[in-house]
Amino acid sequence: MAASSDRNPPPFPATEEPEPGLPDMADGDSDEGEDIFVSNSNPVSVSRGVSQPDRVNDEPPDLFGEEEEAGSTTAKSNGVHSDDDNDLFAEAHVELSTDKSGSSARKDLSASSGPRPASTFTQSPAAMQPTSLEQLEEEEAKDSFDVDVAVTNPEKVGDGMNAYVAYKVSTRTSLTMFRSKTFSVRRRFSDFLGLYEKLSVKQSLHGCIIPLPPEKSVVGMTKVKVGMDDPSSVEFVERRRAALERYLQRVVSHPSLLQDPDVREFLERDDLPRAVNTQALSGAGFLKMINKASDAVNKMTIKMNESDTWFEDKFQEVETEDQQLRKLHAVVDSLVNHRKELCGNTAVFAKSMAMLGNSEDNTALSRALSQLAEVEDKMEQLHQEQAASDFFIFAELLADYIRLLGAVRGCFDQRMRAWQRWQEAQSTLQKKREAEAKLLWANKPEKLQQAKEEITEWEARVTQYERDFDRIGMTVRKEVLRFEKEKAKDFKSQIIKYLEAMLQSQQRLVKFWEAFLPEAKAIA
Amino acid sequence: MMEEVKEVVSALSVHGHNIKIPEVVTDGDTLTFLVVSQKLSGTGEYHVYRTWDDFEWLQQHLFSQEDVPGIQGIIFPPLPAKAHVNPSAKVMKQLGFLGLGEWQPYCKALETFLQQVATHKILSKNKAVEVFLTSSDAPGRQKVKKNIFNRLSQAVEEMRKEGHKDVDEFFQSERDHNLVLTGCSKTAAEKFLDVVLTEQKVAVACGHFSAALHLCVEAGEDPDKKAFSRLCVKISEVFDSMKKNVTSVAENNMKTLGLGLDLESRYQEAEREMLFRRTCKLVELENAKRNAEKAKPVKKAVMEEVKTATETEFQQICGVSKQEISRFQGVRVKMLQQALVQWCEKQLLTAKESADQFNQHLQAFRGMA
Repeated sequence: MAASSDRNPPPFPATEEPEPGLPDMADGDSDEGEDIFVSNSNPVSVSRGVSQPDRVNDEPPDLFGEEEEAGSTTAKSNGVHSDDDNDLFAEAHVELSTDKSGSSARKDLSASSGPRPASTFTQSPAAMQPTSLEQLEEEEAKDSFDVDVAVTNPEKVGDGMNAYVAYKVSTRTSLTMFRSKTFSVRRRFSDFLGLYEKLSVKQSLHGCIIPLPPEKSVVGMTKVKVGMDDPSSVEFVERRRAALERYLQRVVSHPSLLQDPDVREFLERDDLPRAVNTQALSGAGFLKMINKASDAVNKMTIKMNESDTWFEDKFQEVETEDQQLRKLHAVVDSLVNHRKELCGNTAVFAKSMAMLGNSEDNTALSRALSQLAEVEDKMEQLHQEQAASDFFIFAELLADYIRLLGAVRGCFDQRMRAWQRWQEAQSTLQKKREAEAKLLWANKPEKLQQAKEEITEWEARVTQYERDFDRIGMTVRKEVLRFEKEKAKDFKSQIIKYLEAMLQSQQRLVKFWEAFLPEAKAIA
Repeated sequence: MMEEVKEVVSALSVHGHNIKIPEVVTDGDTLTFLVVSQKLSGTGEYHVYRTWDDFEWLQQHLFSQEDVPGIQGIIFPPLPAKAHVNPSAKVMKQLGFLGLGEWQPYCKALETFLQQVATHKILSKNKAVEVFLTSSDAPGRQKVKKNIFNRLSQAVEEMRKEGHKDVDEFFQSERDHNLVLTGCSKTAAEKFLDVVLTEQKVAVACGHFSAALHLCVEAGEDPDKKAFSRLCVKISEVFDSMKKNVTSVAENNMKTLGLGLDLESRYQEAEREMLFRRTCKLVELENAKRNAEKAKPVKKAVMEEVKTATETEFQQICGVSKQEISRFQGVRVKMLQQALVQWCEKQLLTAKESADQFNQHLQAFRGMA
């Protein structure tokens, strides 16, 4: 992502100032009527579910009327912002927003950029126009997508073990195939799974890398059914919400998937028939399905004679990459855990200092120690945010890609199957021809007619299957290339978010220390 | 080699406030410390090598000055526990902060001990101090005779005396206050140690991530692959920076506030010991008074003498104690202030440096095609 100031930005409509008071989807249920998507982002901005590079360069990248207060479940690109972390790790972080407005170079950006460190941190006024290499390329390629989706407002519906969580799925688009420009529906988790189920069996989408929704979790959901208020439930719901959002964003940024009627129905239709057969789509189910792909390749009796080694090589790369990502994920997990531990320890330490301060006779020392306790409290918050950053920015990114690699293997698998079908059809055709030859010899006219018909039928099939195979091959190639581009973009935009968050943390830390120093010196 | 050192009153020939321990040498399992002190005459320095056993020798000599009136009222500067090159888990736990940072905090703690001893009006007059600081030979290793200062030898019944009600409001209040502070400071030091140890774990995890990212770098001409590889390398650099940052933060914590809290906690403990000694004397005095009263005429004179002697000792202890307490209050506030200021300054610097680094990384990423 180039720094926005480097680009010649295409002219954009007047940038709106994000008002903090704007309807934000976290509050109750803002209806379609209201402007759910408050942002300065150009409506033609690409909804790159995978990587939202625009978000980084735009002013409040908050597409969907984001607020700064805690408990906000407003959507973010990739749901990877510390705002989410407010839900995640603690209650109201009012402090955050005030600190944020103090952040450097935040100029006109109001507090609605809020606790989102990802918002352009070092942005200069010149960069106020949302510009991005993305958009430029998009205009040029005439490949622009005009769809943005957000998943927000998780709400528990019902009681007891039959309860479930319903999410608000909001869409903003300028495409005419949708019924209106902005609309939203409520969906539950199984609906998302159902969407994937429908897409994955479509012949027309074979060869495509179809994004995977997050896994089911019996443990997580059971807790939520009991009550949504405890921290681990909050964390679970937020994590799931963010994952569902990323999932949908990836779906709508895929040109073929966007055209699919099931996708449209998912986004638009008020009453979606409940998805069945989602039992199979548990975490274990996904894994099994993905491993089947590799097995299928290994077990093939008739080895494919690849015209070029591209497919073999790529497949191997995917396998290697899967291992690497898994290792990275494990390491990040460990980092996240240590940071959480650090949070806990810092909080305990802060308390012990407070007690020491209280017991102290010397006034100045007592005050300094109490201030120290407060500084440590603030640091605890920082650690929490950092842990959340680590988690949402890296851990979930890696987890997403591990799943996506599974989808990649899946489409290689589909190509294999297409090849097999073709081969089998050819061999069946061969048998039919042999049968016909026999019949000719045996001189049985009635049966001969049937045999000829069957041959014609199978010839057509062979042709069809060969075409299918070729088509899938091309699709797979295209998809893999697109995937790799997206991956690089995604990682890049995520690391930028991360750095912005880190930078902001450090700057706040600097302020804490600067405030404390005079207190320490004042001890007589 | 000095023999049995008598507590000859003598002045120290070196400055006390700037004694330094700049080096520690490992020799097998023993740690040897280089002690540097400045001659009062301004003509140079003394460089001597001492082990922990030598420090203990010094301490024992200080404890055993029975001829010094009111010696029991002195708050003896605390000596850190013995450290080995490869300390056991138990010893590490006991040492706390002093076991970290490659013995740097430990050296500082020993330094402080010597400085406090050498600047103490009464203690610095003990010849053992001069010998310790200036003699090129190692001080004698003979075990000094057992003294009442070895708290570990005190029986459980003795411990009960700690709660004995005082006759003096000043001291009762000081005892109560000290009890609270001892607990609080010990807890604070322990909790801070937890923080620092966890910070070290975070640093290690960052390092692992950085290393693992390097494994993702692949050769090849594919432009997308190259782009991704470049990304991985740069992300790896970021996490390397983060590792350095967290390591710095932990070090700063360790060497300033950690050390400060550790010292405060041990000093409070030392005050507690002193107050306990006084309380024991009080109990002894009250017993002596009772005995004198109840004594039969035959024994009465003797008992009265004992009572008078004990009374004198007690008064001496109280006198010294009051001075010590007042001095102690001043010293500890100053030390804590120093620790806090240093801590804050170091962390501020580290935070600024980190911010700069992150900013640089950020700009680099933004500039990447």
